[in-house]
Amino acid sequence: MIDMHLPILLIVIPLVAAPLCVLLRQKTLVWAFTSLVCLAALCMASMLLIRVLEEGVVSYAIGGWIAPWGIEYRVDTINAFVLLLVSIIAAVLTFFALPSVADEISGKQHYLFYTAYLLCLTGLMGITITGDAFNVFVFLEISSLSSYTLIAMGRDRRALTASYQYLLMGTLGATFIVIGIGLMYMMTGTLNMFDLSQRLPAMFETRTAMVAFAFLTVGMLIKLAMFPLHMWLPNAYCYAPSVVTAFLAATATKVSIYVFLRFTFTVWGAEFVFEKLNLDVFLIPLSLIGIYVASLSAIYQTNIKRLLAYSSVAQIGYMMLGIGFVSLAGLTGGIVHLFNHALMKAALFLAVGCVVLRLGSSDLADWKGLGRRMPVTMAAFVLAGLSLIGVPLTVGFISKWYLILAALEAGWWPIALLALLSSLLAVVYMWRVVEVAYFQKADDDLNVKEAPLMMQISMWVLTGATVYFGIQTDLTVNVAQRAAGLLLGVMP
Amino acid sequence: MKHQSIPRVVGKWLIPPILLFALYVQFHGDFGPGGGFQAGVIFAAAVVLYALIFGLQAAKQIVKPRIIETLVALGVLLYAGTGLISLFLGYNFLDYTALDPDSAPHGQHLGIFLVELGVGITVAAVMIAIFFAFAGRRRLR
Repeated sequence: MIDMHLPILLIVIPLVAAPLCVLLRQKTLVWAFTSLVCLAALCMASMLLIRVLEEGVVSYAIGGWIAPWGIEYRVDTINAFVLLLVSIIAAVLTFFALPSVADEISGKQHYLFYTAYLLCLTGLMGITITGDAFNVFVFLEISSLSSYTLIAMGRDRRALTASYQYLLMGTLGATFIVIGIGLMYMMTGTLNMFDLSQRLPAMFETRTAMVAFAFLTVGMLIKLAMFPLHMWLPNAYCYAPSVVTAFLAATATKVSIYVFLRFTFTVWGAEFVFEKLNLDVFLIPLSLIGIYVASLSAIYQTNIKRLLAYSSVAQIGYMMLGIGFVSLAGLTGGIVHLFNHALMKAALFLAVGCVVLRLGSSDLADWKGLGRRMPVTMAAFVLAGLSLIGVPLTVGFISKWYLILAALEAGWWPIALLALLSSLLAVVYMWRVVEVAYFQKADDDLNVKEAPLMMQISMWVLTGATVYFGIQTDLTVNVAQRAAGLLLGVMP
Repeated sequence: MKHQSIPRVVGKWLIPPILLFALYVQFHGDFGPGGGFQAGVIFAAAVVLYALIFGLQAAKQIVKPRIIETLVALGVLLYAGTGLISLFLGYNFLDYTALDPDSAPHGQHLGIFLVELGVGITVAAVMIAIFFAFAGRRRLR
């Protein structure tokens, strides 16, 4: 039975678990329950990916109403891959959450934190799994509303303004998306993505189609924090609780990129978007400018969480650059980087979380001498940082390799050169942290311990993964290649 | 507003019919306009009116915040639970036919009834919770 209902159980189990957390209330109990649910989700997502790789598309009709009339959950290689990513991050972070949440969030709110965490997970996985355009919007709201709550739980009072800023931008993005979907529904009378892809081509000449596409795309670009629509991101990441920062950085923007891929390639079709409307003419330059502007901003930050947040904006630029190439290699690079960046950014934010637990600060100035005080945490930070730069034997290298390969394949060697040079900026901002932590002496003689084992485990699992998938690329690259082939309608 | 007799008397007259009307909109929703969301809002409006007239404390004694929080969760569980029951009976999630396999329309009817009840409970509880949260906020100096 479980096998048949796998797609829906993956969504319903976290959804049901969230209100149960409200009823359970007791701190440790709620945490244990949440971890169990996240681990179950991870198992189910892995089973789903294995099944999709073996059998092809898995479809599930909710309420027994067959698509295109009913809501359909439609899983293929691309979203199975993203589902796996989201559930891995959610499961690994629960171990980190116990000590970190106990430290950063007041005891009365713990059960509400885990409720919002599970709801956010439900929303993110729901966006990914569904084959219904309006359902995407509904789950987008579930994940967004719960992430506003999660961010607002940050210790700093500025978390409230950051959350509010994100709320405004997020609502704007979601509104644009729903206007786009509404116009598409008006034209075709269907909300099912597969059905839309069949019916839309007849409407391509109409102005409504153009407007629908414009609203939808701008909405999605806001949600995925594409330069210059990224202004909500640095504050939100900076002031949120450590676990939330790591979770959102690794999943929220990635899921939005998946939505972008799904709508652009599956629903509208690459031909319409890139040959008729020439979206790549905007996408590639904006990605490149985004990479440089955000990396330069990262260099000048004095708060490490904010530094990493700007670096995230830059890394999103790489993913969108890969997508902008509209080639097999480019999309593979984009999708692989989506996975790899989630691993390394989560590892980096967890390392920062460990330091915040002990020092109570993510200001660069307070990190003096940290290399000696918390050597294990800093080692993880440096390893994940190397990955961010793109050093061989780390995941960062694999994604950059494919991106540059794609640029050369298309004959755009200046872009390849620019992408390579931009790595130097990553060297600069990572080096600033390393210099302060390893080569400057601490101002005081406080005795700082390493973070608790639970947090170390989460951090090292992710850091280990950045190295493991840097050497053993079979899973990530093969799946990404198949996904890219599927999106472009060619089999690799 | 406790000391003003007109709102107090009118409120006492109006609150029971509002609650009753909420239940009508809830359970008649499958034949006429209405449904769980509207009914929940109307039900919450009665509580809000009570709180406006007799004060927040009095309202919190009748509908305790702890119970409200539980109801928020229970409504969602009722909705999802209905879906899960059909799953356990061997049908797809939320396929209400499972509730009465002999007569599909009856099963569908029962399913919608339960799901809408879940919606009604959660919406009413959330509305009241939001009102309590805003009304209970102290002014910052």
